[in-house]
Amino acid sequence: MTSHALTTARLPLAIACLIALLAPAVHAQDPAPQGVRIGLTYSSGTRPGLYILPMQGPDADSIKAIISRDLDYGDRITVIAPDSGQPTVGTLNYPLFARLGAAAILQVTPSAGGTLRLVLHEVAAARVLQSADLPLRGAPLSPEWRMSLHGIADEIERWVTGARGVSATRILFTREGTLWQVDADGANAQRVPGVVSGLDPAWHPSGQQMAYMEMLDDGTHVVLRDIESGRSRRVSSTGGTNMSPAFSPDGKTMVYASGEDGVDLFALPVEGSDRRIRITVGGSTNAQPSFSPDGRRIAFTSFRLGRPEIYITDADGTNAELLTTSGFGDQLYRSDPSWSPDGRFVAFSTQIEGRFQIATISLRDRSVKQHTIDAVNEDPSWAPDARHLVFTSSRSGSKQLWVLDTESGRMRQLTRGPAARMAAWSPRLVITR
Amino acid sequence: MNYPTRLLAPLALAVAFVAACGSPPPPPPPPAPVINQDSIDAAARARAAAAERARADSVARAEAARRAAEERARAEAAERERAAIAAARAAFATVIYFDLDKSDLKPEARTILMAKLPLLRANMNVRIRIAGHTDDRGSDAYNVALGQRRAAAAKRFLVDQGIAADRIDVVSFGEDRPVAMGSGEENWSKNRRDEFEIIVGGENLRLP
Repeated sequence: MTSHALTTARLPLAIACLIALLAPAVHAQDPAPQGVRIGLTYSSGTRPGLYILPMQGPDADSIKAIISRDLDYGDRITVIAPDSGQPTVGTLNYPLFARLGAAAILQVTPSAGGTLRLVLHEVAAARVLQSADLPLRGAPLSPEWRMSLHGIADEIERWVTGARGVSATRILFTREGTLWQVDADGANAQRVPGVVSGLDPAWHPSGQQMAYMEMLDDGTHVVLRDIESGRSRRVSSTGGTNMSPAFSPDGKTMVYASGEDGVDLFALPVEGSDRRIRITVGGSTNAQPSFSPDGRRIAFTSFRLGRPEIYITDADGTNAELLTTSGFGDQLYRSDPSWSPDGRFVAFSTQIEGRFQIATISLRDRSVKQHTIDAVNEDPSWAPDARHLVFTSSRSGSKQLWVLDTESGRMRQLTRGPAARMAAWSPRLVITR
Repeated sequence: MNYPTRLLAPLALAVAFVAACGSPPPPPPPPAPVINQDSIDAAARARAAAAERARADSVARAEAARRAAEERARAEAAERERAAIAAARAAFATVIYFDLDKSDLKPEARTILMAKLPLLRANMNVRIRIAGHTDDRGSDAYNVALGQRRAAAAKRFLVDQGIAADRIDVVSFGEDRPVAMGSGEENWSKNRRDEFEIIVGGENLRLP
């Protein structure tokens, strides 16, 4: 695969333009400054080989292990990282690295001051493609330090592929009735402090706030929480059921489902007023909103046909239409919509042979792709790269979170221990340039 | 020892006979008793007091017995009422069950709901909470909405029977509070339910 990447390393300009057109329009990912080329030229769908040179210096082994794993989990790069060896000095023998399957070479030099000197070589062009000195933050191996290193790994992924990685992210989830979080690489799984009951969390697009459902004896409530300070307030004002909060992409509006008889979607300004505006009209059960990246439409689950199906409505509640029209699977039950950050897909759970499976539906042609077969899989949430999904799966014997690469089908287990469910993938929490 | 005694007894009789047949001087009248009125009074008082005490004691005993019996009867009645109220509360708490992914009331659920009406009608101050629950087979997150529909279905039925809507709170716990753990229809069917709880006015229930 990597040798294929090398032989097709020179692509016609037309294909490059096509890739540029396919790039997300709304969530534009780090537009490159004029005159600077970002990323190797390689064919879409392949994983260019990246040779990480042996490194020395403070915490070099941890740094190499974390960067290698982040790039591997990104599913866009084939990491070639020999376990040992001396740091290379002098001129690199590019043809030798080409024979090893490397399209690029990464040189990382940790300094005592907590800065990483990074140099990326393009093998085919036999030259340095990018270099930078990027800072690490916090005490070595602390969660903050790891997160800053994830941010650097995401930047390296952007240098190589043109698309920033998603390792500097966290996943919020529910475990034993309360909220937990875990880094995208599975490290630092810990309880969110001071939450009595927490289910079905959602990230504010700033990454600085979250919302979740609190389940008490007198009903369920929606709570908004500042992540840094832990300050929380209940935003739902009525009894009965209040559930499934979601934020608009501009971060100004929260939408959640609420009701006593039926359940409907309501919009509420995140700051200030608690005057809520009804989105869906009563008489059914409308819940689980997920905004399109332009903020103009909302996917949600509704019972209006007598079974749960996924619909799309304008954000003001008009023009609701059934999205999951095609009949497939043995039971008609579709739920848990999550609109991809590039706007092209809605991921959802669909019941097939009595068990939920993860599927995506294209908003262009409504074609449906089923991504899982084994065990019960449900409740997908997109990573900011619009490529990876985190979801709940019972395939390991208990409910745990798994990460799926929707392009290659590769899966990895994210959580271990007591059952984990209801995952929400954060926006990028560190953006290193 | 027996011998002298046998001889003495007839002798004593003889002496007594001779004495009776002679004309002996009348014996002097016994001295008139000195009557101590105080002691008589005291004795009388003591007797009266004792009698009175005895009478009082017996009255008290009878009274105590009567009271105890009454108390017992009252306690038994209260116990019976408590038991009846507890039974009524327990009957009121009878859960109703639903089919998979469904929130419509089955005939047996309607029968159970009808049986809850008299208590609600006899206790106008009572407020209740209906909690909808699901099994863990539907969507984990959307199940909260399904539980809500189940609770709302029971509320709608009671309101249709004339119970004021503002006396009934509805909540949903989705699949998060199962009564039966594990999988299999036997467990799932126990979890697809509405629970009923008296949240106001449960202390002084009047029986229908």
